[in-house]
Amino acid sequence: MRRFLFAAAAPVGAFALTLIISTLALWAFGSNPFEAYGDMLNHASKLETQVDILNRATPLYLSAIAAAIGFRMNLFNIGVEGQYLFAFLIAAQVGSLVALPQVFHILLIMTVAMAVGAAYAGIAGVLKVTRGVNEVISTIMLNSIAIAGLIAFLQQRWQAEQENFTSTTLGTNPIDESGLMPTINGLLEIFTREVGQGKELTGMLIVAVLVGVAYHVLLTRMRFGFDLRASGLNPFAARAGGVPPKRMIVAAMCLSGAAAGLIGMVELADAGKFSPNPIKGLGFAGIAVALLGRNHPVGMAFSALLFAFLDVSAGILQNTQAATKEIVNIMQGIVLLVAVIAYGVTKRIQTREEARATAEALKTVEATVGDEAEAMA
Amino acid sequence: MTAAIELSGITKRFPGVIANDNVNLTVEKGEIHAICGENGAGKSTLMKILYGMQPPDEGTMKVDGELVTFSSPTDAIDRGIGMVHQHFMLADQLTVLENIILGAEPTATGGVIKFKDAEAHLAEVANDYGLTIDPNDMVETLEVGERQRVEIIKVLYRGAQILILDEPTAVLVPQEVEALFDNMRELKAGGATIIFIDHKLDEVLEISDSITVLRHGKTVASMPNDGVTAHDLAELMVGSELPTPATTESTVTDHVALALKNVTVTDDDGRSLVESINLAIHKGEILGIAGVEGNGQGELVDAIIGTATAGTGSIELLGDDITALSVRKRREAGIAYVPEDRHHEGLMLEAPLWENAALGHQTQAPYGSRWLLNRKGAQSQTETIKDEFDVRTPNIHVSAHALSGGNQQKLIIGRELTSNPSLLIAAHPTRGIDVGAQAAVWEQIRHARSEGLATLLISADLDELIGLSDTIVVMLRGRLVARLAPDEVTPRDLGAYMTGAASQNEGEAA
Repeated sequence: MRRFLFAAAAPVGAFALTLIISTLALWAFGSNPFEAYGDMLNHASKLETQVDILNRATPLYLSAIAAAIGFRMNLFNIGVEGQYLFAFLIAAQVGSLVALPQVFHILLIMTVAMAVGAAYAGIAGVLKVTRGVNEVISTIMLNSIAIAGLIAFLQQRWQAEQENFTSTTLGTNPIDESGLMPTINGLLEIFTREVGQGKELTGMLIVAVLVGVAYHVLLTRMRFGFDLRASGLNPFAARAGGVPPKRMIVAAMCLSGAAAGLIGMVELADAGKFSPNPIKGLGFAGIAVALLGRNHPVGMAFSALLFAFLDVSAGILQNTQAATKEIVNIMQGIVLLVAVIAYGVTKRIQTREEARATAEALKTVEATVGDEAEAMA
Repeated sequence: MTAAIELSGITKRFPGVIANDNVNLTVEKGEIHAICGENGAGKSTLMKILYGMQPPDEGTMKVDGELVTFSSPTDAIDRGIGMVHQHFMLADQLTVLENIILGAEPTATGGVIKFKDAEAHLAEVANDYGLTIDPNDMVETLEVGERQRVEIIKVLYRGAQILILDEPTAVLVPQEVEALFDNMRELKAGGATIIFIDHKLDEVLEISDSITVLRHGKTVASMPNDGVTAHDLAELMVGSELPTPATTESTVTDHVALALKNVTVTDDDGRSLVESINLAIHKGEILGIAGVEGNGQGELVDAIIGTATAGTGSIELLGDDITALSVRKRREAGIAYVPEDRHHEGLMLEAPLWENAALGHQTQAPYGSRWLLNRKGAQSQTETIKDEFDVRTPNIHVSAHALSGGNQQKLIIGRELTSNPSLLIAAHPTRGIDVGAQAAVWEQIRHARSEGLATLLISADLDELIGLSDTIVVMLRGRLVARLAPDEVTPRDLGAYMTGAASQNEGEAA
């Protein structure tokens, strides 16, 4: 219980502080903060908006898991962005070339996406263990190579192959219906009314939940996850304890890349192809979501939902003119900054508290031992 | 005459511990005053307070009869107090002179350093206190004892009249200790006051004029060094008889547990750090390696557990060649490892105790298997370790950093010995832990030996080495230079071999 209170104190405190700072910021901009908050909450209370939030939170959560796998080993995978876009492109292309029964088609596409993400992230891992290249530098470079290089090049070539393309035919060829992850409106509507406005809840939500569970099981129940955490907590002790450091770095990068590969699948299920303008920035947002959620599977789910809520609120603020829509980015920045500070502070308090509690508990143990000795004498 | 230092009623509390509890300390001018006590008795805290690194919660400090409060070491230095830390803070690539003036450079306008002035001042200081050093030597070429002298001169150069030496002998071999003591006598003759922290009793008795003993943060005695015996001091320090590792009947068998054949370890530049080591350790034998730190002991351990970067030769464990095996395979084959620095290689400080107990054994029952971590098994095994090895902790779920050093070490010893090993590598197993825990660790190692465990023991504590080992070999510059019987050797003899002052011929050593 105490542990839980400690874990919850920081996010709750951070949220409260964020609200105060955002309120002041809104005031400073000449907006009425309560009107803006009212609009945001009112908007979010609608079922259709909630579907939007979940659709946005799904790729954010997958991206956060990808970042968190690296973080747990003190690896900074900045390359989630490049990994997911590259994986998205290749998986969309491969998916459009085959016709298979639905289950196999979807599985093939997801497997390709994960494999491409893993391989692409693996390059940074291999560079680190063989040549000592810092993964931050290499993944930043790999992002540029993927986004400005490979993707741009392949898109150009595929377009050149099309006779007379229009903006709708740009991108990869559309995938057959059998390759698209079905929406789960049906599942949602068991609990709610019918979803209107043509909104569809992505089936990838279920995949994201499964990935979260897998992440949890891996870290807490699997020997590999123990090795991974040990390497992050103390790489020297891990090595002396038999954990092969190089293999772990490559493996962790690949796993992180595999999770990253799934991010683009949300858009793919919706659009059916790699469009010329895919949603970008999810890889970097995932880092923020992982930080806010403290790399914890449930914590990251909440933080993905919060970020998604803020993202989705941008639209309504623009519509109602209650505040400038950029306030949501400011709020995301503030909540992250405040949270990181709050985590630092609570961790310090917790460490001190634990040392004190241990010392105190031992004092009573020693006291009883002393009493016994006296009684015996 | 007013005292140089007068501390009264100093109290310092940390969460859950009172580090100093109403401590009084009076140091007269021009004397060598030893402060002794076990690890954790509050010596370091007291010195940090005196040097301005931490403020006391209660109590007053007087320097030369004047009431002072320090908010940083700069204030202490201004009052003529200097501290020589246990770990040297010198830049290897600079000369002695450059190191000494570092941070206090005499400069002309425009930031040009006046080296001539500095050298003249240095010569003056060195002359006053009878300390010789060549100001133009590169620090990297200096021996440990010389480096320490540089640290002392650095403090004197800044005008210190009162020197605090924090366990200055910990890093020295016996011969260097004597040189240090000669220097200290010179300093005293030059008018300096020295506060000297140590827990080696013979040294304290040899050099000091007065002695203050701390125990559990309290002053238990303060007396002139006059008719005091080591036995008295020991009793004051621990409140009871001081334990020593006594040799017991030999349990050495004929079965070779570990055999090293021509083992050589090289660094990245191809220089050999360990050279052509041939060594056998039998079941039931404790083989001690003596040597000044940095003579290849660490690299030899790396070679045996499998973390060495490069090397040649072969290593056999119970007759099987393990040279090509990974660290994990070697650990699974029965190599247990107590690292020299438990925070560096031994523990995950932020992880709970039971996870720390699993570290190194996570692929084996009861901690886990190839694929899964067995949380229940690991936790119940940790409970067993906690009970059998007397790890003092409220429960097995607290983080490792919450435990005292001695209890952390008992946890490590426990996890290694309960893994049913055939070879134990114990590097400095009792370093930095209190006397009670030390005795417990010795007892556990000796017990494992009687059950047939082969142990490679590396220690800087020569008494420990002599007391526990069945055989002692001496390592110098990567080679084994002597092989000695512990019941015939004294720490002094060992020191001579360790520094190369004495030697055996190669054949005998191998």
